[in-house]
Amino acid sequence: MARLKLFIPFALFIIIGGFFYIMMDRINEGEYHPQALPSALVNKSFPAFKLPKLEQLEDTVTAADMLGDIALVNVWATWCPSCHEEHQYLNQLAQQGVRIFGINYKDDVFKAQGWLKQRGNPYLFNVVDKQGKLGLDMGVTGAPETYVIDHRGFVRLRFQGPLNERVWQDKFVPLLEQLRSEKQQEGTS
Amino acid sequence: MRALLFVLCWWLLPAHAVIETYQFADPSLRERYNQFVEELRCPKCQNQNLSGSNSEISADLRRELHRLLHEGKSDTEIVDYMVARYGEFVLYKPPLNKQTFLLWIAPGVLLIIGIAVVLVITVKQRQKKAELKQDNLSPEEQKALKQLLKESADD
Repeated sequence: MARLKLFIPFALFIIIGGFFYIMMDRINEGEYHPQALPSALVNKSFPAFKLPKLEQLEDTVTAADMLGDIALVNVWATWCPSCHEEHQYLNQLAQQGVRIFGINYKDDVFKAQGWLKQRGNPYLFNVVDKQGKLGLDMGVTGAPETYVIDHRGFVRLRFQGPLNERVWQDKFVPLLEQLRSEKQQEGTS
Repeated sequence: MRALLFVLCWWLLPAHAVIETYQFADPSLRERYNQFVEELRCPKCQNQNLSGSNSEISADLRRELHRLLHEGKSDTEIVDYMVARYGEFVLYKPPLNKQTFLLWIAPGVLLIIGIAVVLVITVKQRQKKAELKQDNLSPEEQKALKQLLKESADD
C-alpha cells in the first residue's frame, strides 16, 4: 500500500499531461479559441452610428441602412493579415447571395478603396470607422470579426478570426437557417 | 537643478510600461484614471491590465476612459460602459454572481482545506507520540516484565 502511494504524483502527472494534450489538440483543430471572448453584444441590438461610406465618402450611413434583413457585418482593415486570408471567401459568399456589410476599422481610406478595387468588393457597402468608435461600441478587439444580425436588428453571433468554409459550415449555416425560419414565422403570424 | 530633474525623469521611466501624456483637469481624476487602468483588463490580451498593455485596443480604451472621466461619469457608469461593450472579462474585480462564484470562493475554500489537512496531520502525529509514551502493557505483560527485571537484578 505504501509503495502504491509513491505512484500518486506520477498518476497526477499523467492526468494533467493528458488534459493539456487534449486542450492543445482542440486548439490546433480550431475547436477551442483561448483568445475568443464571449461578446457582450450578442442578443442586443446593433449599436447606432452615423459614419461616412467608404465607396462614397461624402455620403453618411447609419445603422438603419444596414438593418432590416439577415446579414453579416464584417470588420476588416488592410493592415490585418487574416483579412487578406478571408477576403476571397467573402467574395464567394457574396456571389452565393449572402448579404455582407463591411466596417473598415481604423484604416487608411485610400488604401481600403484600392484594396476593394483590386480584390473585388463583397460588401453591400462599407462604413468608415477611422477612429474605431463604432468598433468600440461593438466590442471589437481586432480584425477580422464577423457579426450576424437578424431581421429585427439584433446581433446573434460574433465570430473572431478569419472566415473559411469549415467555420462557415459549423457556426454560420445552422444559425442562418434558424434565423430564416424565425423570420418566416414572424412574417406569417 | 535641471540635471537632477533629467536624471529623475529617466529614473521614473521604467516604472510605467505605457506612457501617454494625458492632462487631467483635477488630480482626483488622475487618481481614478490610474485606479481604472490597473483594474480594467485588456480585452485582446489574455492577462494584462490596460496600464500594462500597448495593444491598439488598450490605447483606445485608455483614451475613452480619459474622455469618460472628464465627462464627469461616475465609477459605476464607467464600469457599466466597459462591461456593455466587452463583457465582464474586462473587470479584474468582477462582481459576485453565478458565473464568478467559484472564482471568489475558491481561495477561501482552498485555505480551509489547507488548514484542515495541517490540523489532521498534527493531531495524528501527536496521537502517535502520546501512544509511544504511554506504557500500555496488559497486567500479564506487566507481571512478565517485573519477573524479567527481577531475574536480571538477581544475576
